[in-house]
Amino acid sequence: MKKLVYLLGILLLVFMVSGCSKDKGEVEAKKPDAGIIKLGVAGAYSGDLASYGLPSANAARLVVDQINKKGGVNGKQVVILQEDDVCKPEVATNVAIKLVSAKTDAIMGHICSGATKAAINIYKDANIVVISPSATNVDLTKSGKYPNFFRTISPDDAQAMMQVNFVMNKLKLNTVAIIHDKGDYGKGLAEFARDGFKEAGASVVLFEGVTPGAVDYSAVVQKIRHSGAQVVIFGGYHPEASKIVSQMRKVGMDIPFISDDGVRDNTFIKVAGKYAEGVYATGPIDTTQSPEAQAAIKLHKEVYGEEPGAFYLNAYAATECLLNAIEKAGSTDYDAVTKALRTEWVNTPLGKVSFDERGDAKGIGFSIYQVVDGVYVPVK
Amino acid sequence: MLVRREFRKSVAVSLWFMFLTFPIMVIRINTMENTIEWRWMNMAYIGAATFFLSFLWRYGMERNAPVKNDTTDSWQERIGRTFRETPRVYYTFLAGIAIVSVIFPLIFSAYQTSIMTTALMYVSLGLGLNIVVGLAGLLDLGYVAFYAVGAYAYALLNHHFGLGFWFVLPLSGLLAACFGILLGFPVLRLRGDYLAIVTLGFGEIIRLILENWNSFSYGPSGISGISRPGFFGMDLNIHQSMIYMYYITLVLVIFTIFVVSRLRNSRIGRAWIALREDEIACQAMGIDKTTTKLTAFALGATWAGMVGCIFAAKTTFINPASFTFMESAIILSIVVLGGMGSIVGVILGAFILILLPEYLRAFSEFRMLIFGASMVLVMVFRPQGLISRVKQHYEFHAEETPSGVPR
Amino acid sequence: MEYFFQLFLGGLTRGSIYALIALGYTMVYGIIQLINFAHGEIYMIGAFTALIAASILSLLGFSGISLLVLASLVAIVYSSAYGYTIEKIAYKPLRKAPRLAPLISAIGMSIFLQNYVLIAQTSDFLSFPTLIPDFSFMEPYKNIMRSSELVIVLTTAAVMVALTLFIRYTSMGKAMRATSQDQTMAKLLGVNVDRVVSVTFIIGSSLAALGGILISSHIGQINFYIGFIVGIKAFTAAVLGGIGSIPGAVLGGLILGWTESFATGYVSSDYEDVFAFCLLVLILIFRPAGILGRSSSEKV
Repeated sequence: MKKLVYLLGILLLVFMVSGCSKDKGEVEAKKPDAGIIKLGVAGAYSGDLASYGLPSANAARLVVDQINKKGGVNGKQVVILQEDDVCKPEVATNVAIKLVSAKTDAIMGHICSGATKAAINIYKDANIVVISPSATNVDLTKSGKYPNFFRTISPDDAQAMMQVNFVMNKLKLNTVAIIHDKGDYGKGLAEFARDGFKEAGASVVLFEGVTPGAVDYSAVVQKIRHSGAQVVIFGGYHPEASKIVSQMRKVGMDIPFISDDGVRDNTFIKVAGKYAEGVYATGPIDTTQSPEAQAAIKLHKEVYGEEPGAFYLNAYAATECLLNAIEKAGSTDYDAVTKALRTEWVNTPLGKVSFDERGDAKGIGFSIYQVVDGVYVPVK
Repeated sequence: MLVRREFRKSVAVSLWFMFLTFPIMVIRINTMENTIEWRWMNMAYIGAATFFLSFLWRYGMERNAPVKNDTTDSWQERIGRTFRETPRVYYTFLAGIAIVSVIFPLIFSAYQTSIMTTALMYVSLGLGLNIVVGLAGLLDLGYVAFYAVGAYAYALLNHHFGLGFWFVLPLSGLLAACFGILLGFPVLRLRGDYLAIVTLGFGEIIRLILENWNSFSYGPSGISGISRPGFFGMDLNIHQSMIYMYYITLVLVIFTIFVVSRLRNSRIGRAWIALREDEIACQAMGIDKTTTKLTAFALGATWAGMVGCIFAAKTTFINPASFTFMESAIILSIVVLGGMGSIVGVILGAFILILLPEYLRAFSEFRMLIFGASMVLVMVFRPQGLISRVKQHYEFHAEETPSGVPR
Repeated sequence: MEYFFQLFLGGLTRGSIYALIALGYTMVYGIIQLINFAHGEIYMIGAFTALIAASILSLLGFSGISLLVLASLVAIVYSSAYGYTIEKIAYKPLRKAPRLAPLISAIGMSIFLQNYVLIAQTSDFLSFPTLIPDFSFMEPYKNIMRSSELVIVLTTAAVMVALTLFIRYTSMGKAMRATSQDQTMAKLLGVNVDRVVSVTFIIGSSLAALGGILISSHIGQINFYIGFIVGIKAFTAAVLGGIGSIPGAVLGGLILGWTESFATGYVSSDYEDVFAFCLLVLILIFRPAGILGRSSSEKV
């Protein structure tokens, strides 16, 4: 009898679930199959790096929804195939093969340089254009090995040189401590900065990695103080940056803190609060006041109810460029699309963007920003 | 009466979960603008879902109650016995599996082949760890370290000296075995969870060294452009080389199954089992604890090293991010979930844990949620693992020859 | 010398943080010999609940100490509820199962809870308000030690003393000790083992929540993944000190904190974790049951 009652409950549940799934099935069946453009969107959507991946997926979805409402690209609706690579190379290759087998026309992703490097060869063999909003590894473009790769973010070395010039020429300081987060992005950047400073004749008194996610950075902060550095360069993302800078300020160290565009993010100011004041960060020329960027941010707030996260605008721009190139090329033909990407200028939230021969974005200028009164303002 | 009581129980459960999930599910705050979003619909969903799920849960618990198990055989056991005891069924089944696994890449897409290769790699990893955890009873939470050793061995040797896959494959196994012994020595005296934490530490140390020692391992940016194994000098495209990798892995899995099943009934295998069951009694029986433990570590590590080598060849790019603690936890879960000590169990466990997240991609953001929940559920409802190990019986009959007749 | 002293204090704070979480680990382990991997997630949920409660309360006009106390209370209640429920779902059915089954169940639970918060809340980092006020008497020393650090160190010490007294002198404490020695025997002597385990989980989870509030308020940010790293470190600390021993967890935490701090200060922070784990191996070689752990002789 008891069992019967349980079974009844279960049956009811199964009934409900099957009812729900049926509705969904009908909706899917209605979608036309022919005459669509398949846009692969890949990145980390779960795990510890999900916070860098999810905003890009949102961006892609928003752009595609807008374009579809206007009738799609060349009259074809755009469909997103979103795949999670957890920022792991081995998962990224599986994702890449899956997207290639699904006859994807173009890819917006991946998020991490490591995952991108693992996947890019597979896309290259299949003649699929890849545009990443956040993979900054220098080799991806500079090596010339990946003609199908584009990005709407600038490579590591450009940012590092910017930091070096700023410190040497503007701040006129030459004792530097360089800290990084041991990650692909942060450490790569830090190494370029170190080499740059050494060439420029500055003395790098400290070059160290901190463990991301640690509860406390007081030891490394004390070490920076002990080293006598006049300026701190940090390569990495905003969670660690805000922890380090708040601990520095709290113990009364007010030497300049210079970081990268992983930190030039409003989340940093939000999290570090008053300690963010005066922090410098390199980043693409500020366009957040431009109408395009304002519209993109507003759209995200409307749809998802919160401020967009990291690389949102980059991904927004990447998707726009990609779809524009497909439209101008008139097809999803590989040669035509890459040619269009290299020749067409697109108005994006990052400004007017096009791409050079190697796939780096033209038109995304760099500048140094400083937090003044809770907002990033460009340094003159 | 009963209906009402069961109903009341479910209502209580659903109310409790509505209370429990209230702050996380219903309220969302925006710390920047100090606004609060109330999502009351979520509470209704949770209430309804837990109300019905609690029926399911209690039904499962009822069925799982231990009363039934010792009298009558469950259907799983009956099936298991049919397989073991009727050779015709057993061999037909084996032949079926063999045919399917051979023609698999020819009928399915490149993506299916690729994830199946990954699953097969984890079968080998699981079987390797099974030697350490399932047979010798040594809880190893840093197994991924040996996997990393194998992968980096191939990547570095290929990068610097251009050595080929087939040459490095046994070498990386050997190298990993050396690391296994290296780890084995200091932890000989430790047992249980102390051993677990030290192995965890060992895994982290290897990963941190790979991350920090740039001039050796190229640090976090990893090594790219690792060459795929050559097929008699022919150039293979991606799809072909995927198929080729699949067969290589398949052969390795068959080899692993063969070796592990032979090992289990060997002198050393029985020594491992004795060690697992009772360390002191085992020593009293004259088994050398040191060599037994060290061989377990070394042999377990060998498979990880070889699979690591295949891994590097398959992805053609490696960086330390692939060798985190979570990876060790997944491999351990394969062993435990499938059924410790059972080869079929490990195979099943690997397929479930590796293919499940891939096939759950349809659920996108709920993927890992379902994955975690199913790990809990499988353990709760089948704590022995999916396939529980069959204890070997040795029976002595006075009329027959005095030697043991294994059944 | 001043540098050494600063590193020492930094290590003290860090160690106290580890110790606070390790206490919960060690209690659960002492009773049911389970490495509760979901403990770090309870810490994370405690921090999230505290943040949500604090935001609502501050909109209602609370501030200062009353805000801290109320938010802590909410977080502690919810974390305990989570701890209690997790035990009932994922561990209690496995009381008689093979030893590794609950461990896998715990890993699964940990993955589940992380993704639950990721989906229900956000993947992004959230800023955590400074709930611990700056005490004016600490003002002259603020370059050496801040109020929040002082609060963390003092809380850890107080919790350690309170727990030790609780276990030694109350009847519940006695029941806990009995259960940890021999569950079947304790049951025979009239101890309600299920209740003891539930209480252990509730206390352990409350400590995790307390840790969640103090630490998040100290570092000023949270996301769904913070529990994992802290959990691993706390587990290491608990084992280092001798798992199951309350003072051992604190000692283990402090030693771990100091090792990392001095390793960073005098060698390099690149390898701070390597130093920590090497120390762990060394200590366990010479004292296989941890520093304060009782090495139980085995019966054959």
